[in-house]
Amino acid sequence: MNPEHIEKIVQRHRGEQGALFAILEDIQNHCHYLPEDALRKVSQLTGESLVDIFGVATFYKAFSLKPRGNHHVSVCLGTACHVRSAPGLVDEFTQQLGITPGETTGDGEFTLETVNCLGACALGPIVLVDGRYFSNVKRPDVKKIISRAGAGFRESTAERAGSSFPLEVVCPHCRSALLDTQNLIEDHPAISLMASSKGTSGWVRLSSLFGSRCHESEHAFADDTQLSYSCPTCGRILTTATPCIECGFPVGSLAFSGGGSLHICSLWGCRSHRISLNGLGSPGVAHEEIVTRV
Amino acid sequence: MVTITINGLEVSVEEGMTILEAARFFGFPIPTLCHHEGLSPYGACRLCVVEIGEEPRTKVVSSCTYPAENGLKVRTASERVLRARRMIIELLLASCPQSKIIQDLASAHGVSHQRFRQEYEDCIMCGLCVRMCSEQMVAKAIGFRGRGTNRSIGTPFDVQSDVCRLCGACMYICPACQLRCTFNEPEKAVCNACANFQPPCIEQDRFHDMMCYMDPCVACELAKTP
Ligand code: SF4
Ligand code: SF4
Ligand code: FES
Ligand code: FES
Repeated sequence: MNPEHIEKIVQRHRGEQGALFAILEDIQNHCHYLPEDALRKVSQLTGESLVDIFGVATFYKAFSLKPRGNHHVSVCLGTACHVRSAPGLVDEFTQQLGITPGETTGDGEFTLETVNCLGACALGPIVLVDGRYFSNVKRPDVKKIISRAGAGFRESTAERAGSSFPLEVVCPHCRSALLDTQNLIEDHPAISLMASSKGTSGWVRLSSLFGSRCHESEHAFADDTQLSYSCPTCGRILTTATPCIECGFPVGSLAFSGGGSLHICSLWGCRSHRISLNGLGSPGVAHEEIVTRV
Repeated sequence: MVTITINGLEVSVEEGMTILEAARFFGFPIPTLCHHEGLSPYGACRLCVVEIGEEPRTKVVSSCTYPAENGLKVRTASERVLRARRMIIELLLASCPQSKIIQDLASAHGVSHQRFRQEYEDCIMCGLCVRMCSEQMVAKAIGFRGRGTNRSIGTPFDVQSDVCRLCGACMYICPACQLRCTFNEPEKAVCNACANFQPPCIEQDRFHDMMCYMDPCVACELAKTP
């Protein structure tokens, strides 16, 4: 994880109560685990001693010091889930994935873990996969869960289309439409932009469904690369000085034809985006935001 | 000033004092293990338990962390307290029989056997070393890691700490680091107390000067009659 990103995270939580926890959570969200050098850096930046940070990081089950797979499976073994045969689910996951709890598959895809109560006992047994709760899970469901998780819950993003709506954005400078009807992502015209970083420049296409993080790009930018977005028609820069609420890097701002703007983070891999209705509607609603955490 | 009653004696003590400090000030002994003057109270070992309140509704609390409150009635050596203490010592013996400090406590409290599964832990999680390192040495090199049965003491990532002063204070204060004399039965949970308490004063002449004048130990005698 690059040190500047950690600095941004620390900066964002400065002065907050319980900042350490929030910082560790952000790092873990980013890397799927807490790397040693990240913890050392946090200690340096916050002045908190490494012993205390390490104590917190090892105390909570939510944190892991070992690299975790892309998909994180937690099977609840709390009392309620246990009596509803959650141990059988653990066996099934163990068999299907070929790993025991606490391990990660060789291809780095899945990490299996058990937890003691996820707070939804009445719906048990509960399995938590990548932040999604599955209730009343039975042994035969395990296979389905694994294959759905493996596909990245991609279709489920579109499934939630009720709550994720297509965004029609235009360039704030030349007002030309940024939607690319030739190229569809998730069955909707993609938002097409130019992106450049250190001399590499190429198109990126983002899903126009609000809340989705599906995208394609001409060049494979590494995560943590800071991109500069520009309009494919007029070529003017879209990146503004507004910081991303997730990582603190500047956001690119796209306009809605009716007013308001869509902010997308310029840090490749952060993928935070939000709608700012600044200057829209009644004067009472001066600044309202819809935020998604992706 | 607050007024409390310790073992029937009414005394006034300064506000903010713990029961332990008050009792010691007036000469009532309370055994402690995880408490150390100069380090913050921690309440880990529970050896310092006392009984507070009035019959029939008394409760047992750790005196090293309990502040003296006005009108509090404290009993430092009631039957319930002694029973609790002996049980705690038995549990300590079950986890760390090789500690001289724990063996001495066992002798002093007449605990001559322990009934639990025998383990040989090298740490009883008293937290003395951690507090020593952070409060007196201001180093914060070691700390608790993990939780529950996986809790342990050590440096972050188990690598040599770059803030450790190599002062040795953590080892100096550790009750588990001070090994007992193993005499002739090193595997036994309770050591041969005679070897622990030299000289075995009970065998001396009636008017012989005893070296041990704190507590007549008679530990060796007790060890013979389990
Ligand atoms: S030796 Fe190191 S770890 Fe031990 S008390 Fe001293 S500074 Fe702390
Ligand atoms: S290492 Fe020693 S001093 Fe530190 S917690 Fe364990 S028993 Fe106590
Ligand atoms: S026991 Fe599984 S959610 Fe509570
Ligand atoms: S001395 Fe009070 S709990 Fe250890």
